Amino acid sequence: MKVHIPYSSWLGNIEGFLKNIDIEDKTKLDISFDPKWISIHPVVLSIIGALGLEVMRLNPNIHKNIRLTAHTKMENQLIKFNLLKMLNMDNKSVESDLSGRIIPLTQIKDSTKLTETIQELVPLLHSPPKQADAIKYVMSEMIRNVLEHSKSSNGAILCAQYNKKSNRVSIGIADTGIGLKEALNHFHSPKDNLEAIKLALTPGITGTTSRIGGTEYNAGAGLFFTKSIAKVSNNFFLLYSGDALFRLKKDKNDENDTKLNSNPLEDNCLIKNISNYWKGTVVGFDISLDSESEFQELLKQIRDVYSLDVKNRNKLKYKKPKFT
Amino acid sequence: MLIISIFERFGEFAENKNKAKFVRTTLLEHSLKNGNTICLDFKGVNNATQSFIHALISNLIRIYGIEILDKIEFKNCNETLKTIITIVIDYMQDSLDYVDEENDIL
Repeated sequence: MKVHIPYSSWLGNIEGFLKNIDIEDKTKLDISFDPKWISIHPVVLSIIGALGLEVMRLNPNIHKNIRLTAHTKMENQLIKFNLLKMLNMDNKSVESDLSGRIIPLTQIKDSTKLTETIQELVPLLHSPPKQADAIKYVMSEMIRNVLEHSKSSNGAILCAQYNKKSNRVSIGIADTGIGLKEALNHFHSPKDNLEAIKLALTPGITGTTSRIGGTEYNAGAGLFFTKSIAKVSNNFFLLYSGDALFRLKKDKNDENDTKLNSNPLEDNCLIKNISNYWKGTVVGFDISLDSESEFQELLKQIRDVYSLDVKNRNKLKYKKPKFT
Repeated sequence: MLIISIFERFGEFAENKNKAKFVRTTLLEHSLKNGNTICLDFKGVNNATQSFIHALISNLIRIYGIEILDKIEFKNCNETLKTIITIVIDYMQDSLDYVDEENDIL
């Protein structure tokens, strides 16, 4: 496998990075960087971490099968983000960087590790306490999705960064599991990855049942909640699985449409097939909620949309009188 | 009355749905089956996920019907928790409405 990190790779232009992922040879991973590299979204590091762990899992007896081409400054950044340590490439002792406002790459394979990570998360990011509610909320929902539905041997690969200037937290979560289409296949039979993405973002759709209201354990609301939080704060949200990609676009500052839609295609979004196939699911998003009241207001909006959507879908199933 | 301190079992952010399911199946369902009432005390809890609340109570509504809410008290909830609990109860009622109407037809 090969990945090349371009000059800049954020959620708005991530296709440039994704199209250069070469997954043919699964015995090794070559990682290279544009020499003028300036900034990347944490989701890019989550993807690289997930690929590296997959190469290591598939080839346990091959050593040094991950190669990095980067100059010292970049290498130091990757040490800070824990990439080299995660992929067994780092011989240096790395101190925890508490001033870095980051959650370094973290592999989460079970519920206990998730709970620990969430407890450590807020002090690591240095984000405002009121913003922390939304961050903890979406991280828990997204990573539990991976643990419960992805069947990924490597679990979820998480990375995040807080930018004080923009007051924005950027989060990336990647897995190399079965992907959305297969996860939804048993009860919803999506015809392709695009339809699987649409279903996954629709409130009340879960891979564990076709029943409205979900099962005793799943309600199918996590991705809808997370997309909604990104939308209300006018930020990007990305979902990539198989050969399909969905991106919630940002509105212009004075035209922020905060109306929540149960149908993701009604959002200001891009949804399309891309040439590279990701075996698993990738979620990347930004959050910039300023206060507790914003989070509460958001939850009330979600309640209204969710309830209306369930009612409407119920009505679709109502039997109609037969008039002759 | 069975009183469950959510904070003591789950901390200030209640998100572990595995443990929520365990509490429901081992404590809540058993207690309700014996005719007892339940108090879910959220004192000290700042936030919870919808998945957590769903795992904790949705199946009680599905098993016993919406009337079971008369036997469950949600204590010391802040506004965020009230909203999340209401979301779950609303969509569970909506889903039961459909089943009821279908049964009526049958």
